[in-house]
Amino acid sequence: MSALLAATSGLGMFGTDPIWITIIKVVFIFVFLLTFTLFNIWFERRIVSFMQMRIGPNRTGPQGLLQSLMDAMKLMFKQEIVPKAADRPVFFLAPIISAFTAFMGFAVIPMGPTVSMFGHTTPLQLVDFPVATLYVVAIASIGIYGIVLAGWASGSTYALLGGIRSSAQMISYEIPMGLSFVAVFLYAGSISTSEIVTAQQRAWYAVLLLPSFIIYVTSMVGETNRAPFDLPEAESELVGGFHTEYSSMKFAMFFLAEYINMATVAAVATTLFLGGWRAPWPISLWSGANQGWLPMLWFVIKIVFFQFIFIWLRGTLPRYRYDQFMRFGWKVLIPVSIGWIMVVSTVRGLRNNVDLSGGSLITRVGVPVAVLLLLWTLIEEIRERRAARRSEVDALPPYDAFAGGHPVPRLPGQEIGSRPIDILMNERNSTQEVPGA
Amino acid sequence: MGEEIAFWICALLAVIGALGMVLSKKAVHSALWVANTMINLAVLYALLGATFLSLVQIIVYTGAVMMLFLFVLMIVGVDASDSLVESIKGQRLLAVLAALGVGGLMASAIGAATISTVGVDAANAKWGGNLQGLAQLIFGRYLLAFETTSALLITAALGAMVLAHRERFTPRPSQRELSIRRFQSVSGHKSSLPASGTYATHNAVDTPALLPDGSLAELSVPAALRARGTLRKDMHADVAEVTTLAEGGAAIVGGSSDSNGATGGDAV
Repeated sequence: MSALLAATSGLGMFGTDPIWITIIKVVFIFVFLLTFTLFNIWFERRIVSFMQMRIGPNRTGPQGLLQSLMDAMKLMFKQEIVPKAADRPVFFLAPIISAFTAFMGFAVIPMGPTVSMFGHTTPLQLVDFPVATLYVVAIASIGIYGIVLAGWASGSTYALLGGIRSSAQMISYEIPMGLSFVAVFLYAGSISTSEIVTAQQRAWYAVLLLPSFIIYVTSMVGETNRAPFDLPEAESELVGGFHTEYSSMKFAMFFLAEYINMATVAAVATTLFLGGWRAPWPISLWSGANQGWLPMLWFVIKIVFFQFIFIWLRGTLPRYRYDQFMRFGWKVLIPVSIGWIMVVSTVRGLRNNVDLSGGSLITRVGVPVAVLLLLWTLIEEIRERRAARRSEVDALPPYDAFAGGHPVPRLPGQEIGSRPIDILMNERNSTQEVPGA
Repeated sequence: MGEEIAFWICALLAVIGALGMVLSKKAVHSALWVANTMINLAVLYALLGATFLSLVQIIVYTGAVMMLFLFVLMIVGVDASDSLVESIKGQRLLAVLAALGVGGLMASAIGAATISTVGVDAANAKWGGNLQGLAQLIFGRYLLAFETTSALLITAALGAMVLAHRERFTPRPSQRELSIRRFQSVSGHKSSLPASGTYATHNAVDTPALLPDGSLAELSVPAALRARGTLRKDMHADVAEVTTLAEGGAAIVGGSSDSNGATGGDAV
């Protein structure tokens, strides 16, 4: 057993595959991502339809499953339009960068434990190295170029605004994203994805490091330009944002990249916070749940769970205003993540260097301090809001029944003067029946 | 063998990127060439066993620094090309001197490395890994230098913020306050502005909507177009065309489905 564990953990098992197994893995990741995208588009349309009390695509194939495939075929055969003002080389390059980098990120994601593949024992992961999680961040930061360049090269104002928004947005949200990783690295003692999964054998980091998980999930929505953070392609403001001028195959590549990025960030969240391919709790009691090819199923279920969250958010929340969105990133997410990392590293450092039981330390010092701080911020916030509302009410002029020349109702909190007409109008308004009440 | 092939590919691409950066006419193209060089250098670092450095190179330089450059350059627009007039006196001479200095530095560094070779592998083995070795050096031996550098960067960021800071004399009106103000004002629209007109021949934004009395609703056209005077005002021909079309259409509809039209009329 211990020999088996030694073989299934550690980075020694990577880079030893024969070339044809590597090729199988590469092709599998490619096909998996393409199929998952087709499924994901269908899944999104059906779930959003369900939430909006519609039916959604249900004609092509069983339950409409082939709808996205047909849409993709149609998209490929559509006319290709390049605007006159476009910067042609960059205009062509941008969707390629987007789609290419989207596929690359998945290389370091562990999809399962070691399995036997045609007589070879090999992990279900293309590659892993000591800094694999940083590789995902690096690839994501190259992927931004696709969107930004598309916005610039289109030679169109809407696209340019979308591109500028997306560059600012993705840089801003990469910071809390990276910071949320730090706590995981501190607890796992490693940056390699497979070792982080191994470290979560006993407890998921989503439970142990809940604030990090929440920060990551928030910033991953911002990073993939999904609602409510889909400002680079806000259709009510920017037509299509960065891809306004794109059509046919090039548009399809952006579309594909967006959905693959959703899968990738979900896979990273699964790996770092939800125990990767490990079975969820009640199933994990069965010892066979984490062996062989079965864990791939848990992995896919966890990814689909995150896709559902993406879709749920899209079906529920209205789009943020751009300044609110940036304020949220810089003034809430980043300070909170830095504070949380300080707490985590302090506890970690004390545990490493001082002979204290970590549990008692947290309960004796950390929790009361954290609760007090939280309460204090809450009370301050409520006080400020009340003061603001009070000053707003104070600022209201006394009730004038014909302010601006039209009959108007009295605003809540507005004083009634002594003019008879105002009193009369106020009584009339308040005694009128409200329809539907 | 594989390492050597990769080196020649990446080194060649890096040099091409550097040349492209100097020779491009558009600033954004130059920035892209630099990004290309940076990524190829990162691959070279990874080949030499410095994986952490290579990824940090991509995250920090390609992903953040170059992206900020692009952010600024993009605002300049797609058609803009740089002016080639020298604005600093003696810039070329200084550039040549600086290039010579960098060349000298590099020659001496590479020369020193060939005299007594340690190699990254040996250095990594000493600490049990590349990452561990870097951590030991950054947070151990070079802690002061590291912290000083970060202090320098923070000072620079703070300086930029101070320079860009603007003191507000009154608090910024919130969305709620603006809305209240809009509804309390006598003039102006309470709701959104009217949409531009839709006609059989034009549905462009410069085509104003028609009011019930047939006059033009100028508010339905964006203020920038109004100020520029590119409003499409001469629409009598269009209106006449639509009217004749509509009359003809009514005649056709009336002719083909007479009985249906009659029952429809009764129902109304």
